[in-house]
Amino acid sequence: MTTLAPTRGAARLHAAFEQARTEGRAAFIPYMTAGYPTAAGFPALAQTLLAHADILEVGIPYSDPLGDGPTIQRASEQALAGGTSTRHSLALVAELRARTDKPIVVMTYVNPIYAVGPREFMRLAQRAGVDGLILPDLPPDQDLEIADLAAEHGLAVTFLIAPTSTPARVALVAQACTGFLYAVSVTGVTGAREGAALGEVPAMLALARQHARVPVAVGFGVKDAATARQVAGVADGVVVGSAFITAAANGQDVDALAASIRAGCVR
Amino acid sequence: MPLTLPTYPQPDARGRFGRFGGRYVPETLIPALDELETAYAAAKTDPAFLGELDRLLREFVGRPSGLYLAQRLTEHAGGARIYLKREDQNYTGAHKINNCLAQALLAVRMGKKRVIAETGAGQHGVASATAAALLGLSCVVYMGAEDIRRQALNVFRMKLLGAEVREVTSGTATLKDATNEAIRDWVTNVRDTFYILGSVVGPHPYPAMVRDFQSVIGEELKVQHQALEGRPAPDAIVACVGGGSNAIGIFAPFAYLPEEERPLLIGTEAAGEGVDSGRHAASVAGGRIGVLHGAMMYLLNDDEGQIVPPHSVSAGLDYPGIGPEHCLYAQTGAAQYVPVTDAQALDALQLLTRLEGIIPALESAHAIYHAVELARTMRPDQTVVVNLSGRGDKDVAEVMRLLSLQDPVGETPGQLLSPSLLSEVHA
Ligand SMILES: Cc1ncc(COP(=O)(O)O)c(C=O)c1O
Repeated sequence: MTTLAPTRGAARLHAAFEQARTEGRAAFIPYMTAGYPTAAGFPALAQTLLAHADILEVGIPYSDPLGDGPTIQRASEQALAGGTSTRHSLALVAELRARTDKPIVVMTYVNPIYAVGPREFMRLAQRAGVDGLILPDLPPDQDLEIADLAAEHGLAVTFLIAPTSTPARVALVAQACTGFLYAVSVTGVTGAREGAALGEVPAMLALARQHARVPVAVGFGVKDAATARQVAGVADGVVVGSAFITAAANGQDVDALAASIRAGCVR
Repeated sequence: MPLTLPTYPQPDARGRFGRFGGRYVPETLIPALDELETAYAAAKTDPAFLGELDRLLREFVGRPSGLYLAQRLTEHAGGARIYLKREDQNYTGAHKINNCLAQALLAVRMGKKRVIAETGAGQHGVASATAAALLGLSCVVYMGAEDIRRQALNVFRMKLLGAEVREVTSGTATLKDATNEAIRDWVTNVRDTFYILGSVVGPHPYPAMVRDFQSVIGEELKVQHQALEGRPAPDAIVACVGGGSNAIGIFAPFAYLPEEERPLLIGTEAAGEGVDSGRHAASVAGGRIGVLHGAMMYLLNDDEGQIVPPHSVSAGLDYPGIGPEHCLYAQTGAAQYVPVTDAQALDALQLLTRLEGIIPALESAHAIYHAVELARTMRPDQTVVVNLSGRGDKDVAEVMRLLSLQDPVGETPGQLLSPSLLSEVHA
């Protein structure tokens, strides 16, 4: 199925996880929607997150984001209304790439990939300096071509598992990942939640590690240093998204929040 | 004769109709879709399930629905005999109830106590709320704010039936967004919730399962057409297409016949203000292949993959995609898809009402319009069957609003029709 020769992107991602590990941390992976709050304002916001990040995740805004909760959905609507679409998002990543050596992964639903054309999309992503793709609505057995095309262009791929995943699904998804495996901490969509939601995560990760040849990151619902620390205790990476969008929307200090969550990623 | 559910050569084992269909959903849902597929496969051949469904379709819904020769409409068109397959006679007013009752029975069988649904025109929401009331399930219906305005009567019916109606204001605030919201609810509550999907869209197995449940329409037609015309298949079948469930229900039992035995199958897509206007919901005529709500299909989306907001005068056709099986039919030529505009549908609604005393749903009026055009080109010994997917009660207030915009001083009813049609009806 997937070509498993490590790609340039995979090597860079794995090195970032390894670096964090040697420092006694889980990798910190903040997320931001490209073009949020505006196309002009995004680079500064992304720079702020990058300063603390081991890996930056940039979301391509999409009109119908099925895996996302209201926070990221509204951020997408705002970015789209401001004119940031698929090609613009990759151009924004290229701008960031010119200023940082840290790995950047792009989160995208599959429709933008199909609309641009899978080969053309991968070419554009490679040219923009993207290291990997996160594909929230593409179970790996749905399209065997995307992962191969990504590999051809030096990009790593990340698929997701959830608390509802059966052992057979965990094995299938874990083996298909070349960048890192993304474990969704809750049965649900993205968004910060009340209370710690770690309940099912340790068992899910134990199962995932039997099959994954890549690091395992956990996301959905991590919102502060305390929840980050819980996740960092069991995972190789911690993904935080909605909390930063909410902070930016409310005019809070994103820099301070990112610093505090990163500090929470210690083991 | 006990009810049996038909078996078709599509989709393949991976849930694909050719390249269309599939399961493009968050991984969280995959186990639930597997579970549903297994439960449905078992129910499909279980006499207890089929017996109960058969009883409800007859005693609760009022099936079989009639096959009615529309004599005056036939005369008006001056060609082939036009029959109406009267899904408007069903309890709750449309074909949607066939599928809802079946899925709700499946929910009970699977031990789920909570059902959710999305709705555009409100007919699927009403049918879901009805099935939930009948079977003692709790029910949440997602509906776009724009559709809540257009279909106030159906909103009240759902509430009266005990369902909770959740207003969706994101995106275009219509069916597409209500579907997004229902899927998000399902992702969150998948362990104890059954999602009653309202059309032949969504991830596998929904397009196949909903088709099987709606095939009762086409299967009845064979028997009725045999009795009235001495042969099971009409020469042509016309049905409106939003997601495409009423159309697939009447097409599928004929679509896999050899070409020489197959009726001309025509789906009417909502062309809104015209396919070139950019304000339409015609996914085959004006879309390109993409992925929405878990399936690959013809889709209104721009060249960077953002969904283009659809438009139709009828809330039930106001959807940017079309079911994957229709996409395959369109590609292979098993069926044809033609655009019909808002104005043409409004005219056809009034035409059928004046000539036959039947007020059709705005959705069904799209099919009526094209059936008349088609019958004109055919011989009097031929037959055209229109799937009259629903009745117009739900649309009367909206039609009144639209016609008074056209005719603000409120002329006599005889002047509501557009001038060309008016002269034809009274000729
Ligand atoms: C009367 C009627 N016809 C047709 C439709 C369109 O649905 P489908 O395309 O699934 O048949 C609807 C949807 O609400 C409806 O209410």
